[in-house]
Amino acid sequence: MTVMEQRGAYRPSPPPAWQPRMDPAPLLPDAEPHRVLGTEAAAKTDPELLRRLYAQLVRGRRYNAQATALTKQGRLAVYPSSTGQEACEVAAALALEERDWLFPSYRDTLAVVARGVDPVDALTLLRGDWHSGYDPYAHRVAPLSTPLATQLPHAVGLAHAARLKGDDVVALAMVGDGGTSEGDFHEALNFAAVWQAPVVFLVQNNGFAISVPLAKQTAAPSLAHKAVGYGMPGRLVDGNDAPAMHEVLSDAVQRARAGGGPTLVEAVTYRIDAHTNADDATRYRSDAEIEAWRAHDPIALLERELTARGLLDEAAIEAARQDAETMAADLRERMNQDPELNPMDLFDHVYAENTAQLREQRALLRAELEAEQEQHGEHGEQKGGTR
Amino acid sequence: MTTVAVKPATMAQALTRAMRDAMAADPTVHVMGEDVGALGGVFRVTDGLAKEFGEDRCTDTPLAEAGILGTAVGMAMYGLRPVVEMQFDAFAYPAFEQLISHVSRMRNRTRGRMPLPITVRVPYGGGIGGVEHHSDSSEAYYMATPGLHVVTPATVADAYGLLRQAIASDDPVVLLEPKRLYWSKDSWNPEHPTDVEPIGRAVVRRPGRSATLVTYGPSVPVCLEAAEAAQAEGWDLEVVDLRSLVPFDDETVCAAVRRTGRAVVVHESTGFGGPGGEIAARITERCFHHLEAPVLRVAGFDIPYPPPMLERHHLPGVDRILDAVARLQWEAEG
Repeated sequence: MTVMEQRGAYRPSPPPAWQPRMDPAPLLPDAEPHRVLGTEAAAKTDPELLRRLYAQLVRGRRYNAQATALTKQGRLAVYPSSTGQEACEVAAALALEERDWLFPSYRDTLAVVARGVDPVDALTLLRGDWHSGYDPYAHRVAPLSTPLATQLPHAVGLAHAARLKGDDVVALAMVGDGGTSEGDFHEALNFAAVWQAPVVFLVQNNGFAISVPLAKQTAAPSLAHKAVGYGMPGRLVDGNDAPAMHEVLSDAVQRARAGGGPTLVEAVTYRIDAHTNADDATRYRSDAEIEAWRAHDPIALLERELTARGLLDEAAIEAARQDAETMAADLRERMNQDPELNPMDLFDHVYAENTAQLREQRALLRAELEAEQEQHGEHGEQKGGTR
Repeated sequence: MTTVAVKPATMAQALTRAMRDAMAADPTVHVMGEDVGALGGVFRVTDGLAKEFGEDRCTDTPLAEAGILGTAVGMAMYGLRPVVEMQFDAFAYPAFEQLISHVSRMRNRTRGRMPLPITVRVPYGGGIGGVEHHSDSSEAYYMATPGLHVVTPATVADAYGLLRQAIASDDPVVLLEPKRLYWSKDSWNPEHPTDVEPIGRAVVRRPGRSATLVTYGPSVPVCLEAAEAAQAEGWDLEVVDLRSLVPFDDETVCAAVRRTGRAVVVHESTGFGGPGGEIAARITERCFHHLEAPVLRVAGFDIPYPPPMLERHHLPGVDRILDAVARLQWEAEG
């Protein structure tokens, strides 16, 4: 008999306000990443969707190769390739309706292009002629975000605003494994869950944040497990399995649209190329690791499935390849034209109306350009000089 | 001409009224922040808004400044006009990345296609006996960020007028609210509440001939008090209230300094790297031949904001301002 029991007055009880908020079990991700290819579920997937995903994957792979080549020619300042991650990119775009919004990170050019943005405009940031080359409202794609995870709260705010207005718009926000360590990731997920905002967070876990492996990034069981702490479901999916990606994202989008709130999706994938052309990936990872992931290539996986089921023949494969080549040739040709730059644009979009200080500085630049033009004739300001 | 009722009100009341009127006039105006709902803000500036307009329009957010401003960005993208309250000056720092990397640049990045009409209200400055992190003057950080307007009222009428203008602006505006003036009362004309100078214009609060005190926000009443005290010395001091730090009104400031030939810039913020250096340089560049003396600065010391029992030694007071005025060499005065 303990001392407490002897006294007889003490009854252990929880603090008065405490009660569990909800059962965490339904929020937990599956133990294994969700897969469709090579399972019975593949047979149930719409063949048309599978062919569409395939064509987009091939196109995306070619786009990555072309953009990487353009960095070598000095046409792009930098290009963060998503080779190996095309299934995540393509699925993110195809899971959305036209009225929905995409919030990409700097590596998500493919998703932006798959959403309908002109392939050249999607590269403007990386080419260096302007910070964003497309009208965000034209395709409902936010500008590519360079700071990590800072676009996630934007997605939450937009989705929340849309719901307040009575529109059934969903926002899908993309972030990498490294970005999950940022404070904005936490704040965005927390706001989304508290507000039950119609948002889908897609984490592309490609193994490395530049050189830092996931094990040094987080101690969580998986990134999808982080969802539980916010009170939203976490889903784990094979990021190289295009139909699985499409299915999981579409489910999350539908759930959000129906008022079910946000979902955190972790796509397990791998970045085959280095972080960018400025990175030396041999310093932090082995060839064997890369080869293992090459054997799990998203295009090869889907091609095998489609071929085995008679949904894809040599002619169709060749057609997809041709379509990608045409896109790449057009991209190459247009990117090899020098962009027309007007230095006076520097002052046009700082404020709705320029301040007196900016008007003075604008006049200074104009005078400099005119002096330059006088000295060099044709090298001076050529376009829009009358503005 | 009809006589309009001019009644006394506090700055806090004028700010509340400004949000209330803006929300009533425009359903896209949303107020958000920590404790802005049931509590009405820790300074009660949002008092009654949640009750009148509902929690969807005056929203108690989770406690996270980056999240508050970051979600406001998305709301503005979708056509709303968020008015964000940062509870205290130093609490706004977690939101700096959103402010600097996104809020200030989104118009520029998108070539004008995605302007962000966000108002960020920041109670700032000392003098209320606040503990650490409750009394910072962070205006220099905001001023150094292109794309933001930075305004700060010193009068009840300006508090109302500038906040209404900030909410109506298609550009992001940081409204620095001098928290020690929240309870200051002055006459205010509720019939013509927006009848103040627009953002970007300074105002001569007191004309004078001997020297110009260039100041803003919480230091305006201090400078007016100093000008009164200076009369005993035979000095007739002019007081210019900047009202808007960005854009900066070179015209009004320089016209004033040219009239008097002498200038002292007064603010609570640190002197080194503070707004006074920029203002003094602008005056010197434009008025050099009119100056009878170097432009002086009376600012807070270059120290972390002091604990409340010592803050009176840090804040520029009447004596320190008058000492600076004395250093402007008065032999030229008749």
